[in-house]
Amino acid sequence: MIVPDGPLEATGIYAYAQSWSRQNMAIEVRIPTILRTYTGGAKSVEGSGSTLAELIADLDGRFDGLGDRLMDDAGLRRFINVYLNDEDVRFIGGLAAPVTDGDTVTVLPAVAGGAR
Amino acid sequence: MLRISAELRSKIIAHATADHPDEACGVIAGPAGSDWPERFIPMLNAERSPTFYRFDSLEQLHVWREMDDRDEEPVVIYHSHTATEAYPSRTDISYASEPGAHYVLISTADLARPQFRSFRIVDGDVTEEDVAVEPE
Repeated sequence: MIVPDGPLEATGIYAYAQSWSRQNMAIEVRIPTILRTYTGGAKSVEGSGSTLAELIADLDGRFDGLGDRLMDDAGLRRFINVYLNDEDVRFIGGLAAPVTDGDTVTVLPAVAGGAR
Repeated sequence: MLRISAELRSKIIAHATADHPDEACGVIAGPAGSDWPERFIPMLNAERSPTFYRFDSLEQLHVWREMDDRDEEPVVIYHSHTATEAYPSRTDISYASEPGAHYVLISTADLARPQFRSFRIVDGDVTEEDVAVEPE
């Protein structure tokens, strides 16, 4: 007998499958050069979560300080681009964007500047 | 020091001149580790502004992926200033995020005599460097 620790509707084999998929969810996150100091030099790391916000929290738990480089109090930092597969997450829900096993998240600092 | 071919230097200046009075921007990719710019990639200025530039985010994703696939890196990142000198502004410095790149600034304030200068921008520190133009 498997006792669900999640929502009430998740019982028996369904709950087991759900928790298994949670534990094994792997999302590839591609890290730009300038943030690789946080990942021990790794170009790409794996993370888990069901939304972009959860994924970032998961990464920040293992790569201390990385979350702060991606987010400020207002949400995603304005000059950091985050892509889910081929889309800029700003157009698909931002931090609430759902992510799933097999997705690739790419982080790129915006290339920007100006005369002043 | 930035080493660059005369042809690529001309292409950057031509792009800046053509987009004047808006700021023009782009990348020159080169083989990773070579420090030699080879592949000219003019980018859209998503801001279409005379005082600001920003790469279009999706175009940037495609170009960065393509560089990755070809084992290239952004050797030069260039943009123009259209009314001020070719020197990194406060905003240029705060958003500079490729410590390995040569940041090329072009000024088209005097269209007849565009300025072309190159800088390193690392952790907020700006260092101007010589530009060696290699004959074709």
